[in-house]
Amino acid sequence: MKIMAQMAMVMNLDKCIGCATCSVTCKQTWTNRDGVEHIWFNNVETNPGVGYPARWEDQRRWRGGWRVDQSGRLCLRQGNKAERLARIFNNPEAPSLDDYYEPATYDYQRLIKAPLTGLTPVARPLSAITGEPMAIKFGPNWDDDLGGSALWAARDPDLEAIATKVELAFEQSFMFHLPRICEHCLNPACVAACPSGAMFKRVEDGIVLADQDKCRGFRMCVSACPYKKVYMNRLTGKAEKCTFCFPRIEEGQETVCSETCVGRLRYIGVILYDRDAVGALAAADNPLAACRSAMLDPHDPGVIAAAKSDGLPSDWLDAAQASPIYELAIRQLVALPLHPEYRTLPMVWYIPPLSPLLEATGAMGGDDTDADDIAATVTAMRIPLDYLAQLFAAGDQAAVAGSLMRLAAVRQHMRARSLGRDDSAAEAVGASPEDLERLYHLLAVAKRSDRFVIPKAHHESTAQVAAWAGGCPVGGGPGATRRKGRA
Amino acid sequence: MLDLMLFAVWPYVAVAVCLVGLVWRWRVDQFGWTTLTSLLSEKRILNWASPLFHVGALLVILGHVAGLLIPKAWTVALGVPPATYHLVAVSLGVVAGAMLTVGTVALVLRRFILRTRLRLVTRRGDIVMYVILGLQIVLGLWQTIGFTALEARPSFDYRDSVSLWFRSIFVLQPDVAAMTPAPWAFKAHAALAFALIAVWPFSRLVHVFSIPIGYLTRPAIVYRHQGS
Repeated sequence: MKIMAQMAMVMNLDKCIGCATCSVTCKQTWTNRDGVEHIWFNNVETNPGVGYPARWEDQRRWRGGWRVDQSGRLCLRQGNKAERLARIFNNPEAPSLDDYYEPATYDYQRLIKAPLTGLTPVARPLSAITGEPMAIKFGPNWDDDLGGSALWAARDPDLEAIATKVELAFEQSFMFHLPRICEHCLNPACVAACPSGAMFKRVEDGIVLADQDKCRGFRMCVSACPYKKVYMNRLTGKAEKCTFCFPRIEEGQETVCSETCVGRLRYIGVILYDRDAVGALAAADNPLAACRSAMLDPHDPGVIAAAKSDGLPSDWLDAAQASPIYELAIRQLVALPLHPEYRTLPMVWYIPPLSPLLEATGAMGGDDTDADDIAATVTAMRIPLDYLAQLFAAGDQAAVAGSLMRLAAVRQHMRARSLGRDDSAAEAVGASPEDLERLYHLLAVAKRSDRFVIPKAHHESTAQVAAWAGGCPVGGGPGATRRKGRA
Repeated sequence: MLDLMLFAVWPYVAVAVCLVGLVWRWRVDQFGWTTLTSLLSEKRILNWASPLFHVGALLVILGHVAGLLIPKAWTVALGVPPATYHLVAVSLGVVAGAMLTVGTVALVLRRFILRTRLRLVTRRGDIVMYVILGLQIVLGLWQTIGFTALEARPSFDYRDSVSLWFRSIFVLQPDVAAMTPAPWAFKAHAALAFALIAVWPFSRLVHVFSIPIGYLTRPAIVYRHQGS
């Protein structure tokens, strides 16, 4: 047993309005350089939809993540080490710019410099890469708000997995946004696939990073990541990925995407896991249960003793005990991992959206504050439940229903409390009234210090961090300078 | 005099530049030490041209090692008649050369003509490398086909000339005289080979030294401490 700490995130999807502020602030912080035009460490997708890169969830095409072979062994979907090294000269599964999109700008100068004629000048779209005129055909949130449209939603790989097809009902009632960053997995496929050993997971906080000096450009990480959250820099040919804003996290600050989220829907905290159990959990029969059991109880005396003997600082143990992530994912069972069946043990979890069901309850003449009515909707609307289960529970509809019913119970309980009525909402979902009130507090009125419980890094043991101060960790070297002829 | 410069001095200069250059580059430019993959800019041609080029190049290198380092006396002693050796060497050489040629032509067309995107990620080092490599391939095929393959009993056997000189370089006693009877294409090919060695550390060719052998024995997940 080797207890380690992991920075984890939960996003409450009910609150996401799809404004993409997280994407923009992330881009301005991390990927506003030449060569990374197409890279979005954080992007917001509309579901059902194709996402970015288009159909990233289609692992038959991309072959990302892990699978369990006939003998029960965990191996990368891309094949064993020999098979992967045999294909070192090409990598058909790694996306190219054509699979992402061609970033574009507009010919704004034309608006100013066009000669005086009777016609209004038009700023044509230009490729942000070549500067040539182009037609914009796709982008990182191209299907923004078009989740219900047959054109885009029908191509969603998660929908293809659903047997029942009652598209009308789903079109009328179902759409939500899904902000995505790197999952900073406990069992990261990108790290396992990197031939150079440049991708690594940090011991102290579990953040997965790409060492720019060690990366040799074998681009195996890009295809191995099932979430398509490792990217190639176009100019340096090196891998870049979401850093979980580690320079901020080390100072106890939340990530940029979390800080700037206008819906305040993100939570960051520490969870404890057993490094020696990761392999077995990743290969477990039930991927969702495995993800849940990876998060150890920070109040368990055995865990505490092991964590202390493994050198976990006491302030980190305190943070793990106050973790909003453990509360939402394990104690309340409302947060669920994204595609646990990829077997990477992802560490960015989601509270599935209740609002489409509330809307449907109202439309069906029910009371959207009544847990029974919502329960009836949850059972009646098989498609949203099935769809959400494809996304967040490896197909386990009961787990999604459990999360949604508890969210509904919070609404009913709090309404009853403010009206001075008795209610049985808590009992119905197997919770205590205190549980529901704690959940209400965390979801509805939590302050910043409740949403982000981030212990500072112990820099006294990592003197070299000081050497990084002020330096751009991905800067320098060829390709970091701007090309001639472009502002 | 030219022969002396090209075959006694130049090889050592080139190798020295290469070794010093490699050490320098490794120490100051870990960030630039990469394959500089252009997969992001274009994938469809790369997918077949790159393996063709790389496997062709590896076979060609193996062929050169066999032809230059193994003395003629050894293969004769093993009972391989020169005619058989010649036939096998030429046919394998032509196959490997064809793979390398097709791969290189496809990669060059792709990089310089087909896609604007690729021109933007092309560096001066790439152009120098492609020029030398292209000349080498042309000269190499010229020798294999023009001088050796088309003649059943070749009038010039490089194993009695170029190979002797090449091996003499390693013992620090360059046998320039052995190179004298070689046709001009062989001489140019040999001299240019050292030019390729000299530019090696300054081009993307450094990635040849990054064959990920350690990956085969490494644990799957790499853990590192903050700041290490």
